[in-house]
Amino acid sequence: MTTTTDHPVQEASAASPPAPGRSPRLTDRRLALVFISPAMLLLLTMSVFPLLWALYLSFTDYSATRDAPADFVGFENYTTILTSPEVWQRALTTLVYVTGAVALQTVLGFGIAYLISRRTRGRGVLTTLFLVPMMLSPVVVGLFWKFMLDAQFGVINSMLGSLGFGQVEWLTRQRTALFSLIVVDTWQWTPFIMLIALAGLTAVPKYLYEAASIDRASEWFRFRHITLPMVWPLLLIAVMFRAIEAFRLFDLVYILTSGGPGVSTETLSFHVYKVAFLGFNTGLASAYGILMVLVVIVLAQLYLRYLNKLKEG
Amino acid sequence: MAISIDEAVPGPATDDAPAERRRGGRGRMVVEVLLLTALAVAMLFPVLWMLETSIKENRDVYAVPAKFFGFDITLDHYKDVFVARGGGQSDLSGSFLNSVVVAGASTVLATVLGVPAAWAYSRFTLKAKKDQLFFILSTRFMPPVVVVIPIFLMYRELGLIDSKLGLVLIYAAFNVPFTIWMMKGFVDEVPAEYEDAAMLDGYTRLQAFWRVTLPLLVPGIAATAVFALIFSWNEFVFAIFLTSSQEVRTAPPAIAGLIGGTTVDWGLVAASAVVFALPVLVFAYLVRKHLVAGVTLGAVRR
Repeated sequence: MTTTTDHPVQEASAASPPAPGRSPRLTDRRLALVFISPAMLLLLTMSVFPLLWALYLSFTDYSATRDAPADFVGFENYTTILTSPEVWQRALTTLVYVTGAVALQTVLGFGIAYLISRRTRGRGVLTTLFLVPMMLSPVVVGLFWKFMLDAQFGVINSMLGSLGFGQVEWLTRQRTALFSLIVVDTWQWTPFIMLIALAGLTAVPKYLYEAASIDRASEWFRFRHITLPMVWPLLLIAVMFRAIEAFRLFDLVYILTSGGPGVSTETLSFHVYKVAFLGFNTGLASAYGILMVLVVIVLAQLYLRYLNKLKEG
Repeated sequence: MAISIDEAVPGPATDDAPAERRRGGRGRMVVEVLLLTALAVAMLFPVLWMLETSIKENRDVYAVPAKFFGFDITLDHYKDVFVARGGGQSDLSGSFLNSVVVAGASTVLATVLGVPAAWAYSRFTLKAKKDQLFFILSTRFMPPVVVVIPIFLMYRELGLIDSKLGLVLIYAAFNVPFTIWMMKGFVDEVPAEYEDAAMLDGYTRLQAFWRVTLPLLVPGIAATAVFALIFSWNEFVFAIFLTSSQEVRTAPPAIAGLIGGTTVDWGLVAASAVVFALPVLVFAYLVRKHLVAGVTLGAVRR
């Protein structure tokens, strides 16, 4: 309810220069502070403070299961990690996984989006159907693929069998495990790229195609010189987003392979978990985590910079 | 404007093709439709297989070669999801209930904190606003496995380990950046002039927000809340590390726990996965107009 007393105050401040301390700017600022600080407070306590704590722990030999107080060890944890061949091995696995999955998703996602964009009818239904995998929880996706890829009674081997191929131990062989992981991630996230590529394709102005067809430009020319340049900026956003997500990935690995067989599917995320929660080497795991956060921050900065450029441009 | 998936792409390029190229276009169109169908089948097959497995008798679930058709239909697995073997409530149904409580409460919290902040970021000129907004979004990019280490220690000090409150807080913290970014887009779409006009009528800034802008934001808030709900509902990493007891455990770790033993009841896994995924798909369908913004954490919208 507007109280009647508000009227004179407002009108007075509108008519005469605002008195100090009563200016609308200042109340605005106070209001902004009141509105923003609770959200900021939550982020500071739940995101920033824990990271600072991890930063502190990363310089100590603290272990979550020992009662002993943490001893300061300087950069020892960091040098241990950066000189460990194990860690570089995990980094390589992560790199293969991220590039493999994101590349496959991009090609497939863009391809599907392009095919859908050329249809006149049934586009809404098609898009909705294609989006289903993306909305599922990684737990559901992981479990289900684990069942489908089962060596004995999995449906994939059963189908291969009826085509005359032998059994493949998808998740328990060094060679195929990482590949299977990439396939599952691709299955789940191709729709993401597709959705964003489709948004990009929607935004290409029709007159460009009309002009091109007046000039009798070939299909390939139109694709190469109109479609691709118009969609590329948005597609790149999607790719970078997926790369960050793939780098952070944990749940699919945990459910599908638990890093195995051996360490063939152990990504950096999974290795941090092992160091922290199985080895209880909290200090070392914190240093590891901080290094990963640095990578994510660099990637996220690139992403946000690019996003910002796109918005302004 | 957010891009709706229902919105048509401007007429297909083939329509404009010169007449002599049309005939070749027909053959090409058939190929394209076939390709699209094949891809759609490949994408949907796992989902259909999950549905099928959830209604198969156990002996058909493990049949080699796999039975695609001609199996006996049973709803026993769905019964097992909700009812324990000896009667009474099953453990899984308790986990589903926990998921509803945790996802619901964290969404409410994220919305209550995020919407006013989004409005303030949209309306006021603030110091280093862009940096603040980018900082907010980058907290959401942190790897959960890394964040969970200090959170675990912090919760142990505060006695929040294995409590619903602990989960609600961490989920709210990871949904707030999303809510702010997503809602800022919606607030930007409401002209600030509406509030100015209301203030000329004697409303204070706060009243203008409450009575003029907020009612216009309701559809946006609903869409944003639905996404936050889906994120919390699907979340697994924090849930598995921060909870352990049956009374607190949410559905994702509970379902993942079904494959822990030596023998796995895949029919039950399939049925619980279906029960778990169904609400998400319904909700996602409701917010399909905002999917592009939703899945990019509110960063991409046009």
